[in-house]
Amino acid sequence: MITTEQKKFEEIEQMTKGYNRLLVLGCETCSAMSFAGGQRQVSELAVALRIARKTAAQEGEILEDAVARQCEPEFVDLLMDIVADCDAVLSLACGAGVQMLAERFPDKIILPGCNTMFLGVTEEFGVWSESCAGCGSCILDKTGGLCPIARCSKRLFNGPCGGSQNGKCEINPNVDCVWQLIYDRLKGLNQLEKLEEIFPIKDWSSSFHGGTRKIVREDLKL
Amino acid sequence: MKSGSNLEKILASGQFAVTAECGPPKGVSAKAIQRKGDLLKFHCDALNVTDNQTAIVRMSSLSGCVLLQQMGVEPVMQMVVRDRNRLAIQSDILGAVALGIRNVLCLSGDHQKFGNHPGAKGVYDIDSIQLIQTLKLMRDEKKFLSGEDISGEIPLFIGAAANPFADPFEFRAVRLAKKVKAGADFIQTQAIFDVPKFARWMEMVRDRGLDKKVHILAGVIPVKSVGMARYMKNNVSGLSVPKELVDRMADAKDAKEEGVNTCLEIIEQIKEIDGVHGVHIMAVAWEDIVPSIVDKAGLMPRPIV
Repeated sequence: MITTEQKKFEEIEQMTKGYNRLLVLGCETCSAMSFAGGQRQVSELAVALRIARKTAAQEGEILEDAVARQCEPEFVDLLMDIVADCDAVLSLACGAGVQMLAERFPDKIILPGCNTMFLGVTEEFGVWSESCAGCGSCILDKTGGLCPIARCSKRLFNGPCGGSQNGKCEINPNVDCVWQLIYDRLKGLNQLEKLEEIFPIKDWSSSFHGGTRKIVREDLKL
Repeated sequence: MKSGSNLEKILASGQFAVTAECGPPKGVSAKAIQRKGDLLKFHCDALNVTDNQTAIVRMSSLSGCVLLQQMGVEPVMQMVVRDRNRLAIQSDILGAVALGIRNVLCLSGDHQKFGNHPGAKGVYDIDSIQLIQTLKLMRDEKKFLSGEDISGEIPLFIGAAANPFADPFEFRAVRLAKKVKAGADFIQTQAIFDVPKFARWMEMVRDRGLDKKVHILAGVIPVKSVGMARYMKNNVSGLSVPKELVDRMADAKDAKEEGVNTCLEIIEQIKEIDGVHGVHIMAVAWEDIVPSIVDKAGLMPRPIV
């Protein structure tokens, strides 16, 4: 999933000031799973904004809504009427959702209520961690199913570096050294010989470094 | 000869090499480098010029190397992949060779988080082992990573680092083997305080026959104070500082003298370990002490080759 984190309330308050009719718009997929931008967080944030506005004797109305996925035009287009009825939209989706709104509603102010964090997994309730860098050419077959591009602080292909200590990364004792994890996993799978080979230099052109990416599937086009 | 550097000649002749670290200034003073060069030139075979060490911006390694070179002191240019992509790496190598640099030490670099620009973007286009491969390709095949030809020779003596004290310990000799396979000619290790652990690592290195394929220079750091010993024990990742060393420094009447004595004892012990071909002295902010350490360790005079 794409993980998101709601921005600090002060920042949201500052950003939305002056837009009398503000729509707080949730996204029921990734952002809801991140507990940052689902229906429930929309309601909570709307209440907080109403209280803040009332306290500051500020005019205006806070509207609430949510769609299944802000990154899909067919869901976003369902919002035509409510968006037309407001001065600005505070999107609680990831950056992709925010941009879809901006594209579909060219004359409307669209604001981000969340910071988009990373492609990751839920470790446990309330804990998410980064696991994929979206590099466009997966190498997980060679690294025991654990990604050094997303999870090694130095993106080493031939780790672990000299900063791996007691299974942790030198940059933060709370961060696992992914190369230690790769080592342990390959050892368990009896495939340690994979780590004797030098991992070749990566072609980053399939990642962001090749320019903004787009997938076109002719077979799916209508 | 791959590079014809002084360091390569000394190691090739089977003599015990001595290198030291020479950190460039946080400013524009050529004298800061030249002073260190003057201080160390008769006691060391080559001087490593660090490359934005600990991710703190300093004068570039290449410039520091040129300043040493101009005064007849042989430099080892340290190069980290944290700050350069493959284009910058290869062009810096061309420039370094044109300016007479012959020794290059390939490193990944301390993470930018530790330095004075923690908001910097880390490059890490290639890793340190791939950097070794890149230099070997440039030297032996006279090719860029793109496959295109380089005009001219790239006579380099390729170095790499090794940390015998990082985890997983049993993988450390394998990682060295990868560096050797990638093309490393010499190795400068992380600072050694825990000699028994280093000796165990060297045993694994010898078991793989790596000591015959690469020259290993054992790293040492003279410790100036008990505070420094404690700091390294508790705060510097990848270092193994035994409690006894900290205690010894704490109990000493003259901490500096004790630091030198400890360093000399470590050099004495590592000299006896099979496969160790030299010592690399990293006297961070205490370069003045290096000549007397080299002297007292019985490593003078330095050979002329």
